[in-house]
Amino acid sequence: MNAIVNSSSDSFDTGTEPTTRPSGLLRFITAGSVDDGKSTLIGRLLYDTGNVAADQLASIQATSHKRGLAAIDWSLLTDGLIAEREQGITIDVAYRYFATARRKFIIGDAPGHEQYTRNMVTAASSADLAILLVDARKGVVTQTRRHAYLAHLLGIPELVLAVNKMDLVDWQPAVYHAIVDEFNAFVGQLGRHHVQAIPLSALNGTNLATRSEAIPWYSGPSLLEHLESSPARRDADVAPFRLPVQRVVRVMLGNAADGASDAEFRGYQGTLASGRLRLGDEVAVMPGGQRARVAGLSVADRDLAEAGADRSVVVALDSEIDISRGDMLCDPQQLPQVTKTLSADICWLSEQPLDLRRKYLVKHTTRSVNAVFAELSYRVDVNTLAYQPQPDSAQMNDIVRATLKLHQPLCADAYSDNRTTGSFIVIDPVSLHTVAAGVIVR
Amino acid sequence: MTVSTHDGLGPAAADHLDLLEAEALFILREVAAECRHPVLLFSGGKDSAVLLHLAYKAFHPERIGCALLHIDTGHNYAEVIAYRDRMAERYACQLHVRSVEDSIRKGSVRLRHAQESRNAHQSVTLMEAIAEFGFDACLGGARRDEEKARAKERIVSVRDEFGQWEPKNQRPELWSLYNTRVALGDHLRVFPISNWTELDVWQYIQREDIELPELYFAHQRQVVRRGDILVPVTHLTPARAGDTVETVSCRFRTVGDISCTAPVASTAVNVADIIAETAQCLLTERGATRLDDRASEAAMEQRKKEGYF
Repeated sequence: MNAIVNSSSDSFDTGTEPTTRPSGLLRFITAGSVDDGKSTLIGRLLYDTGNVAADQLASIQATSHKRGLAAIDWSLLTDGLIAEREQGITIDVAYRYFATARRKFIIGDAPGHEQYTRNMVTAASSADLAILLVDARKGVVTQTRRHAYLAHLLGIPELVLAVNKMDLVDWQPAVYHAIVDEFNAFVGQLGRHHVQAIPLSALNGTNLATRSEAIPWYSGPSLLEHLESSPARRDADVAPFRLPVQRVVRVMLGNAADGASDAEFRGYQGTLASGRLRLGDEVAVMPGGQRARVAGLSVADRDLAEAGADRSVVVALDSEIDISRGDMLCDPQQLPQVTKTLSADICWLSEQPLDLRRKYLVKHTTRSVNAVFAELSYRVDVNTLAYQPQPDSAQMNDIVRATLKLHQPLCADAYSDNRTTGSFIVIDPVSLHTVAAGVIVR
Repeated sequence: MTVSTHDGLGPAAADHLDLLEAEALFILREVAAECRHPVLLFSGGKDSAVLLHLAYKAFHPERIGCALLHIDTGHNYAEVIAYRDRMAERYACQLHVRSVEDSIRKGSVRLRHAQESRNAHQSVTLMEAIAEFGFDACLGGARRDEEKARAKERIVSVRDEFGQWEPKNQRPELWSLYNTRVALGDHLRVFPISNWTELDVWQYIQREDIELPELYFAHQRQVVRRGDILVPVTHLTPARAGDTVETVSCRFRTVGDISCTAPVASTAVNVADIIAETAQCLLTERGATRLDDRASEAAMEQRKKEGYF
């Protein structure tokens, strides 16, 4: 939100100011306590942007009427998955989509129940922005701090403090400012974040899709304006070049695609985790460290001179180096660490507790390695943020600082420097389930 | 192959289609790298056309490294079948066709009556094909915006030997770290275009100039009105006594089993028209004064559901 400078407490920036124009796609999550109006906010936002189909609308109107409500209950839009509710799968993240003329949005809709840290973590892992809802009458509560902490842990750079139900406190600026100040004081302790606070009423749609004239003391954007202009993670991605190799592609013996050259070809497919790559650039092939130059760069049949973060490309190099899936092409000036030990914050996702005696599988970028948990340093109580030292296990929803020993080295960055090369999942080799999410501390 | 004309030299951030495409290519390559024997489910519909095109891009300069599988209900439009065969040939993909008809002959599918929709029975034939070939991953063109239950489905979803989706027991999906491990006998359903909407699909079809069956574009067709639904007059769905048969300008929004796919009234003759119509359709939905395309699509879905019971 470049237009909003820190002239008031509405915008609070503890980090670097984002600069580039916003991308065409923003992924965000909404978080808040059960009754803070999260579903109403999503439902109303979808409706006000013309993203509710006629049949959906007719159905929730009818239900609202049947229940004797004077107005439409917008929460029926997202909570209306009756069959799913009956099946008891409310613990799951749902993904919802809407678009305006300026942007496409993907909402990771995580349920607000307190016991579902893992769902918040799952939704947050791919989010660029988190909307934290607060009920103006209740102010900052434990749940707000918990979600702010989790957003921080998952490295979501953009936070929106949506102070909802302002109509129920007569739009008093003092109420709003007290909440914003308290929140900013808390978030300031966590680290670098950009916080946009917005007073609103989700039920009435005030300050949601359009700015309201009724609040003369608020000069900031409406929620939608902010969502349309807020930087996505990749916009300010200045991290060094990283490209984990997904597949080695070889043209030989007549397996060339229609239109592609039949000449022998060896290249490397992958998605740029960060940075930029140009033809002629020197790259380091990690973990070995060999150097080569980029001789070819393409997306299918289109040759590129340059590619940026998140682009899925094919790279050809000018020298014969033994490269396989799981290796990483890197900026030779700024190499990742090659390590067999990870210090990481782990969110345990499985009902089966962490077992220090067992071997697990770590999947990091495109490489999977065997691992054991060598040490658990502490457990964080996400409600109080208190540390409990030396736990002997981790239960579902626990967040623990852990040291992992790996059987083969990984090319890793700290999560705070790179969300792709700094994250991993833990797989139970027996159940084959994903049992933990990890962010690398160093 | 057609080459997209947009500026691809800037960061992918410039365009949400670039990001959706990059995500899909990444997922397809993960499956290609980690799964033993994947297959791409190809019905000849627009979503699978997009998926096939993405597979072409994901493997390039190698040709697509997996076969195509079509579960033929025997109730398809001839034009779609011809399109299916043409695409398989263009991309030099092996095409496996397994038909519900064969399952009926074998006795694994039993119809209540001859004209019953065979849509629901496809899954039986699909599971038989998975067992026959030993596929461990089926790539499909499903999107999360299609229906509510899909909104909760993972991109990579584990199915047991009965093909069942266990919503309660889904693997959490974090970052772009997909867990593709399956036990013997289980298999994966993978949906690389989960995050695409109907409009995204049409915009991408336009950008990449992807060929589609003509049924998707407005044409004159004999139909019968049943409520809000235009029922096409075909050999499987003939006019009943007392029906008024009309010839209307219409197109299909989805192409599937003849007995349960209805066209919508439309004059959109090209992709640009359809994009405009799809966008317009979202705007008119605000008013909600009448049931429009999307509503009738939902109504049709409801009918399909009723057909199950």
